[in-house]
Amino acid sequence: MAAGVATWLPFARAAAVGWLPLAKKTMPKPPVDNTSRSDEILYVNVSGVRFQTWKNTLDRYPDTLLGSSEKEFFYNEDTQEYFFDRDPEMFRHILNFYRTGKLHYPRHECIQAFDEELAFYGIVPEIIGDCCMEEYRDRKKENQERLAEDTEANEASDAPLPPHSTSRERLWRAFENPHTSTMALVFYYVTGFFIAVSVIANVVETVPCRPPKGSVKDLPCGEKYQLAFFCMDTACVLIFTFEYLMRLFAAPSRCKFMRSVMSVIDVVAIMPYYIGLVMPENEDVSGAFVTLRVFRVFRIFKFSRHSQGLRILGYTLKSCASELGFLLFSLTMAIIIFATVMFYAEKGTKGSTFTSIPASFWYTIVTMTTLGLVKLDSVLQKHWSQVYHQNFIRLKVRLARIRMAKKGTTNAFLQYKEDRDRDSDSTALCVKNRSAFEHQHHHLLHCLEKTTNHEFTDEMNYSELCMTESVGFRTSRSTSLSSQQGAQNNSTGCCPRRARRRAAMRLANSTVSVSRGSVQELDTLHIKTTSIPPQTRSSLNAQADDLKLNCGEQDFTAAIISIPTPPANTPDESLPPSPAPIPGILRNTRATAYTHDTVKISSL
Amino acid sequence: MGAVVGTLTMQTKQRRPSRDKTDDELEMTMVCHRPEGLDQLEAQTNFSKQELQILYRGFKNECPSGVVNEETFKHIYAQFFPHGGKVHHFLIRSSVMLLENKRTYVFLCVADASMYAHYLFNAFDTTNNGSIKFKDFVMGLSILLRGTLREKLEWTFHLYDINRDGYINREEMTEIVRAIYDMMGKYTYPALKGDVPQQHVDAFFQKMDKNKDGVVTLEEFVIACQEDETMMRSMQLFENVM
Repeated sequence: MAAGVATWLPFARAAAVGWLPLAKKTMPKPPVDNTSRSDEILYVNVSGVRFQTWKNTLDRYPDTLLGSSEKEFFYNEDTQEYFFDRDPEMFRHILNFYRTGKLHYPRHECIQAFDEELAFYGIVPEIIGDCCMEEYRDRKKENQERLAEDTEANEASDAPLPPHSTSRERLWRAFENPHTSTMALVFYYVTGFFIAVSVIANVVETVPCRPPKGSVKDLPCGEKYQLAFFCMDTACVLIFTFEYLMRLFAAPSRCKFMRSVMSVIDVVAIMPYYIGLVMPENEDVSGAFVTLRVFRVFRIFKFSRHSQGLRILGYTLKSCASELGFLLFSLTMAIIIFATVMFYAEKGTKGSTFTSIPASFWYTIVTMTTLGLVKLDSVLQKHWSQVYHQNFIRLKVRLARIRMAKKGTTNAFLQYKEDRDRDSDSTALCVKNRSAFEHQHHHLLHCLEKTTNHEFTDEMNYSELCMTESVGFRTSRSTSLSSQQGAQNNSTGCCPRRARRRAAMRLANSTVSVSRGSVQELDTLHIKTTSIPPQTRSSLNAQADDLKLNCGEQDFTAAIISIPTPPANTPDESLPPSPAPIPGILRNTRATAYTHDTVKISSL
Repeated sequence: MGAVVGTLTMQTKQRRPSRDKTDDELEMTMVCHRPEGLDQLEAQTNFSKQELQILYRGFKNECPSGVVNEETFKHIYAQFFPHGGKVHHFLIRSSVMLLENKRTYVFLCVADASMYAHYLFNAFDTTNNGSIKFKDFVMGLSILLRGTLREKLEWTFHLYDINRDGYINREEMTEIVRAIYDMMGKYTYPALKGDVPQQHVDAFFQKMDKNKDGVVTLEEFVIACQEDETMMRSMQLFENVM
């Protein structure tokens, strides 16, 4: 709950006096409040450090340890204080949360220790204030990644071989952990050596050597000593092919292995050779073949099996892929803009080298990289990541927090009603488990219900009731008029905003590109529902049809689990902020804040 | 395209909070209101010193500047109703569009406690300057919790009389009743029809408007309420709130 909600409850209850003249029914009795009204100071001893605070301060958050009766377990009768054997430094922050309503994350503390303290005191980390939330999330993500890596490393480390492992498993282990056996180590170094040889050979064969006798032109070494280089290349490729096939054989999951990055690099490194073997000595094709030889340079990436550093570089690149992507995108945008400008600026000039826009690309790229505009981009990127965090992460967090808070209050109240309806005799049992705050809050909501003569439900029950009422409507046509009227009233109440719904459906069909199947379903449902014969009361005919349509659609939409829709277009945004009639997808409020798996369409 | 529009709308919406923030900062530096002395407040209200202390501590915690503005007030009041305020609605929708890969909508329920909170705010803000000081707050509470029956009824009358002309007409009553029904939210049982508030208003006028002139005066209101036994009993309900 938000800060100080418990403090303002008396005010909210007092304000309920304004509802009384409108109340249709008598108000429920207020909860009996036995607790003393005067505020008292509580003493909390955390590992020797004594804190004092008002009882009301702690009562602000009744779903935490300190705000609920759970703290009584820690009460020490002799010293008349609550004793916690926890970190007093952390407790300071926890207590400040109660006092100010904002939970701050101390940057110098370990994230795990902080999480444990929060878990102990029953505080959900989502309540961390906006000021500290980014830091918290970054640290948490970092920590989780590190833990994941550690567990991975631990699993892969030099654990003793399980007995009775097949030769295949042993071979795989030898490949993954060369340190386990001498053979593996030898193989490891041999492959490393050949990778180096191969790369050096690639480089050296382009160096111009002294021309052979009888020729003037300088030849690259590759052509002079063609046979030698060819033999070397063959040897390397043989070793690599052998290694790849061995790995493929030994891999526990061949498909997974073939999809992994390293195996792709392996394949790319050796393919050019085989393609070259197969390729005929054709002038046209050899051009393409030469291009393929470029891929031989990827052999250098095979070193990443040998070097931890290269792998870490790879992970780093992967983790900041989105920022890199943005960097590239912004660079491209800048290049295009400037190239276009240069092209059109120099268009009239004779002898201009900017013959086309792509021709000006080169100029722009060179200029930008020379002048260090890439540095500007990095600055941009840093700010972009800040802005990204501010806008999107914070909003996401705030959204989650709001949803959690609402879920908390909604579920608590509805649970209370369920319990009350279920066992109206034994309310005493239920009563004890709820805090005074909850009692009073629920009493307030109960008063509102009595004022309006309607009850709170949640959307699940609401849609259920709607469906049952529409079914009941159809079957009760033969009953007496009054009950019909009653049922009709219920079902008219079921889906009140029929005109808006129709507009909404039109809007939905036009702007939201629902998948083909569901659009068809909508159409067929529409046809089906309007074919139901109208009511006897002519005045309610139109209403009945529309209602059926609406309830039927509700029936339909409640069954859909998820439909991917593109973001709303301008028509949505231009609508006034009244209850928007556009069908949206309501995330399942029962799920926790961060699971987005189940979504449900709720039509309004 | 949608993402672009979403970004644009995001920006416009982002500007508003920052403006509010600067406004709040200005408010804090310029207006730091201190209430009158404890003794004076004790004399003017029906609260004891201790109760005033408790009230002030809560008030000051929430509003360190010493005044509550309408936004904060609405925000506080909305916390108590399950489906919460609608103020987050559009901001969240536009932002989540850009967040989610699956591009699903998020839709918070459309219950809205803000209209009733608005009228409540006006009822507390007796000086009509757009903010509630602690004194206003405490005086209002004193009437509601510790006042005589007549005082409570007068307060309620002033709550309903939106334009402070001394009469409650149908439009004002409809506004109030709609605001109250809005607090229920959409998911109710039985489900809300479009004109249930109107029926409610009609019933109210039936009861209150003695001379059928279409408006309810203070006297009519007080007399009608005093005749209503159940309401009189209900008025005692909230006395032990503090």
